[in-house]
Amino acid sequence: MARMPVQFRLNGTDRAVFVESAETLLATIRRGLGDFAPKFGCGQGACGVCTVLVDGEPQLGCLTLSVTCEGRSIETVSGLADGPTLHPLQAAFMEHFAAQCGFCTPGMLMAAKALLDHNPNPTRVEVVEAIAGNICRCTGYEPIINAILAAAQQRGARRA
Amino acid sequence: MARHHGRGMASINYPIGMNLGGDPSQALVHANPDGKFTVALSAIDLGQGMKQVSRQIAAETLGVPIEDVYVDTADSDTGPHDMGSFASRGTHRVGNAVIVAAREARGVLLEAAAEELEVNADDLVTDGKGNIHVRGAASKSITVKAASQAAQFKQGKTISGRGIFLIPLSNVNPETGEMSPVTAYAHACLVVDLEVCDETGDVKVNKLTSAYELGRALNPKMVEQQLVGGAWMGMSHALYETPEPYYPNPEHGGRDYNEYLMPGPGDIAPHDIAVLERPAPDGPFGAKGPGEMCANPVLPAVANAIFNAIGVRIDTLPITPEKILRALKAQGGARPQVRRA
Amino acid sequence: MLEFRKDLFADERDDNLNVIGKGEQRQDMLGHVTGRTRFFDDHGFDGLLHLKVVRSPHHHARIRSIDVSAAERAPGVKRVIRGQDVPLNKNTLLSLIGFGKDDEPTLAVDKVRYKGEPIVAVIADSEAEAMAATKLVRVSYDPLPTVFDVQEALKPGAVVVNETYPGNYFEYHDKYDHQKLRFGDVEAAFRTADHLLEERYQMSPIEHASTETNGTIAAPDTNNRYVVHSCAQGLFFSLDTTAKILKLESNRLHFIGGTVGGGFGGKVDSLTEPLAVLGAILTGRPVRYVLGREEEMQFASPRGAERHVIKDGMMRDGRIVARQITSYFDAGAYTRLSSYGVVKCVAHMPGPYTIPNVRGDAYCVFTNRVPATAMRGFGVTGLDFSIEVQMDKLAHLVGIDPMEFRILNAYRDGDMKAHRRVAHNAALIECVQVAAQKVNWPLSETARRASSLSGGGGARAAIPPTVTDESGRIGRPETRQAPPQLTPGAAAPLPAYQPPQAVPVYQPPPAHQPAAPLPNYPSQPAAAAPLPAPTPPVPTPPAAPQHGAARFSSVFTRRR
Repeated sequence: MARMPVQFRLNGTDRAVFVESAETLLATIRRGLGDFAPKFGCGQGACGVCTVLVDGEPQLGCLTLSVTCEGRSIETVSGLADGPTLHPLQAAFMEHFAAQCGFCTPGMLMAAKALLDHNPNPTRVEVVEAIAGNICRCTGYEPIINAILAAAQQRGARRA
Repeated sequence: MARHHGRGMASINYPIGMNLGGDPSQALVHANPDGKFTVALSAIDLGQGMKQVSRQIAAETLGVPIEDVYVDTADSDTGPHDMGSFASRGTHRVGNAVIVAAREARGVLLEAAAEELEVNADDLVTDGKGNIHVRGAASKSITVKAASQAAQFKQGKTISGRGIFLIPLSNVNPETGEMSPVTAYAHACLVVDLEVCDETGDVKVNKLTSAYELGRALNPKMVEQQLVGGAWMGMSHALYETPEPYYPNPEHGGRDYNEYLMPGPGDIAPHDIAVLERPAPDGPFGAKGPGEMCANPVLPAVANAIFNAIGVRIDTLPITPEKILRALKAQGGARPQVRRA
Repeated sequence: MLEFRKDLFADERDDNLNVIGKGEQRQDMLGHVTGRTRFFDDHGFDGLLHLKVVRSPHHHARIRSIDVSAAERAPGVKRVIRGQDVPLNKNTLLSLIGFGKDDEPTLAVDKVRYKGEPIVAVIADSEAEAMAATKLVRVSYDPLPTVFDVQEALKPGAVVVNETYPGNYFEYHDKYDHQKLRFGDVEAAFRTADHLLEERYQMSPIEHASTETNGTIAAPDTNNRYVVHSCAQGLFFSLDTTAKILKLESNRLHFIGGTVGGGFGGKVDSLTEPLAVLGAILTGRPVRYVLGREEEMQFASPRGAERHVIKDGMMRDGRIVARQITSYFDAGAYTRLSSYGVVKCVAHMPGPYTIPNVRGDAYCVFTNRVPATAMRGFGVTGLDFSIEVQMDKLAHLVGIDPMEFRILNAYRDGDMKAHRRVAHNAALIECVQVAAQKVNWPLSETARRASSLSGGGGARAAIPPTVTDESGRIGRPETRQAPPQLTPGAAAPLPAYQPPQAVPVYQPPPAHQPAAPLPNYPSQPAAAAPLPAPTPPVPTPPAAPQHGAARFSSVFTRRR
């Protein structure tokens, strides 16, 4: 099968890789580039565990063709921390025990990041809507919602 | 069209561990030269927190800070046998195996310290902060680190321990069913407050209130994770989930997450929990495992609350809007029962 | 919101602990929020191959022929595996603990018994190529009649799903077509009861639906072994199942796992390990076999459906005097763990209540659907749903408040349970009291004063004269209505309650001994003798053919 070159920024670093025409961004990030943080859950866009940010927008890696990502900026949870310093969302997830098996967490954090980057002070309903596309089978969602609200509040407090 | 409020309850107990026993778990504990401990297991963490539970049990038994203990699991080359993570057996079986192993390792550690301090090992205690000292005389002390180094490089002792916990396999009488299923049971009572729309059959759970008795809460945060997450799964089981909506007819089942419904973050209800602790005589620090029983009482409590709300009994799961509407039609409308809320 | 009722049972606890009881941060939480936590699929391998299976589109059919030639020639395909390539192509999971007969093939050969049953495995360079090649496998079927209802399946003359169990039921004790529980005389008690209530409850199958699907990556390792990254819930359970099916010594397998993206019982069955390892053996390359979401949802084992019929006899004061439960577990086409779930269900009867007469009959029934497995609450969830709805109906029938009704019938320390063990460490009453208090549900003085520690034992500790029977003999459905016989109650008092095995106390190790001196080796002959030739591996004797399996000669060719 003919492969074509694609170049994009992954978590701030320029990457170049050869991909198949039908290759998904999820497969490229995982098997092509070795970032295993985004997960495969359904391949149909229904569960959200593959959520990554493409130019700041949350997208489903399993439904995104890598060839459409030329020149874009891709963010996964692997780049969320600032060096050794956790992102406020990561710290809040830890404090609120918002993960059990951890499989939905990478996608959940990226969906939450996209929300807070666009809407720094969301209501609970807005948080719920932002993560409505991310399935969690373990936590019952309550600690995740609380963590996101706490992270928003904490960032607001820091800015004040 | 009206929304009818209803309240229902259920009470249950739950057996802890693989039915009939015969499900061993083993653990190995050893210290590095600095007195930092590794617990080697083959136990599986599904998200329920097996690693952390084992870690806390080991740290408590060894008498060292939790930062000085790590759990390594699961590798069949280095972890001793464990039956597996199911049947709420992890905390009970693996926890006990860890205690046995950690006790042995602690014993060697105290002997090494006793030799260095020239006292009797029986007179020594650990302070949980990394020190070993004579009971009642905190000044006569040695660090865990120094004792470990002395043991391994001077005295020729290995600070390690082995543990296995096995409840022997029980027979089952073919005619009477007499058997020893398990040695410990957890308990729960749960109340559901919900409302039913008699035009759409939609059920909205408004609140869960519960009391769970689980022996000992080894880590309250993790207990909360199980009870909140498990109750969500119970609600999902009661009202949403089936791959065979017309069971036993296998047709028209969901094929993926689009067609297999579960409540999302907008469908959850607050859950107010009370935790009771009646220690199991043979549980690790009395603990029983809450991992499975947390879902069970929700199912009947929801069914009973629906009866309280509209007077219909749905005896088949899941309780879907279709079933509710059919039942309402057969009944000739909603018949709310005695208000309890 | 979570509160602790430390006041209850305080005298049974020593709360003076160091880290136990503290909300310490989880060891794995940092890994989860940074994405560093590694699940089975988060491992890179050079030259990784992908395995997908061909699945039966029929619920029940004879396989007339299988033609894999087109698939073998398809782009990217490296190997096609059929039933005869599987060294032991018939297994049951609980054979590892000696429970049940081998009944399930890894790859079907002459018959398929459920829609989705795997028949052929295709290994290719990419998942897409493997999936495309599966569509080129030509299987011709003769569809067979089906049975989907458990009670239909139990009728004499029903379609036979699983020839290992021709009556469509798991065989218990080599004697009965079900598991029994007999305690007292329910029929006599029903005759004296003021109220009788018989109801039927049905729990549909459900899915574990973990966000991580079942899967395995198996790869040849450096030392003539295979490393296996597994999502298994029982590491050695899956290792030993794989070793048995592939006829490998257990230490040729190096299983790595322990971090699973949700299990809930759905990752016990070793659905993908055997074929992934077999693929690695046959190709000499790393092989990845991961179920897609549609596969997981439709063809991976669900929680099995359960049907419970409960008949109760109750006095007008609310005491339940007799409970009879008939349970049917829908195992699907193969046993897997359902046989064990049935016994666990029987152990749970009649619920956490002291009822002086109990009769239970539980069946593990085979039907033409995906084999069921364990799920959170296995053997208990469906029965608890049935019991607690029944309790609500009984309370309503007799006009007693549901909470009061539970406390009235609750078991207490010292009570005899239907499986003939004395209850201890009970706390049902306290849970009901606390829950009622939390929702301002008024309780009577009697109910508020009740306690698990009082009111039990005495007459409630007796094993009553019990009616037993030999109904439901294997292969003899006419015995399902066999005459009962009364066995006398326990005349002698039961032995005192033995506390469960206590956790052993540390024993100081023996004083360290120096190692025993090494034996003297015989001196070597003066002339250097040539090294002996390596012993060739002993070929295994040909196995008795199963499902047309031929001798597994290709493995030995590889090992040399």
